[in-house]
Amino acid sequence: MILTNIDSVPSRRIVQHYGLVQGSTIRAKHLGRDFAAGLKNIVGGELKGYTELLQESRAEATSRMVAQARELGANAVINVRFTTSSVAQGASEILAYGTAVLVE
Amino acid sequence: MSHWVELVITLGIPILLIILGRFVGANIERRHYKSIQEREARFRSQPAFSTKRSDSIAAVGSAELAIGSVVVSVDHFKRFLSRFRMIFGGEIRSYSPLIDRARREAVLRMKESQPYADAYINTRLETSTISNTSGDEGIGTIEVLAYGTAVTFEGSGRARLR
Repeated sequence: MILTNIDSVPSRRIVQHYGLVQGSTIRAKHLGRDFAAGLKNIVGGELKGYTELLQESRAEATSRMVAQARELGANAVINVRFTTSSVAQGASEILAYGTAVLVE
Repeated sequence: MSHWVELVITLGIPILLIILGRFVGANIERRHYKSIQEREARFRSQPAFSTKRSDSIAAVGSAELAIGSVVVSVDHFKRFLSRFRMIFGGEIRSYSPLIDRARREAVLRMKESQPYADAYINTRLETSTISNTSGDEGIGTIEVLAYGTAVTFEGSGRARLR
């Protein structure tokens, strides 16, 4: 599966469009991580636990999008976009969406 | 006597945290900037564009999604300064380096996720706030996401490295 965030797959011709595919996940932080982040908050800087948590969630959202594209018979997803929104305190939704296509 | 103990606890702990933030936070920031500058120098020949096409005349050989993200928070000293700023309004200067560090770090991580690319096109930066469970801080913690399409040009050395 090829993923790009431009309107094409360079050097490949698009033969069929399958339309929008998406994958999302809503994750809550767990208490242990929250506590560690609270301590790190004092001195500032990167909160590694949260970085990892969001990376995992983004990978999960992407793989759900890819699964959806595969089901349609696509071999590439173009124009991939990511958005994040907080749905509740301490929880955020990560959405990945794009256009499933078949390339040569 | 117990009043004194109470006073030390209620005033002392926040002051201690602010002092800790001031010195440890500044040290972390300095080291981070140093690492950012070193890594940016290494990637200087592999630029990131926000346009969909690069100016290169070479044909694109391969393309793949590159993603990098980072979550950062401000230290207690800066948070303390910002409270004053919020009384009078105006730019919160102490927060700018933090956001700057986060953006540059995210772009670097994006590049590091696909290190053998000639360019990163259509790079997008997205910022979102992470709500605290305690919930009182404004822009205390943010996540910056950078993503783009890593491309290699046909006939370039990096295309063979992949």
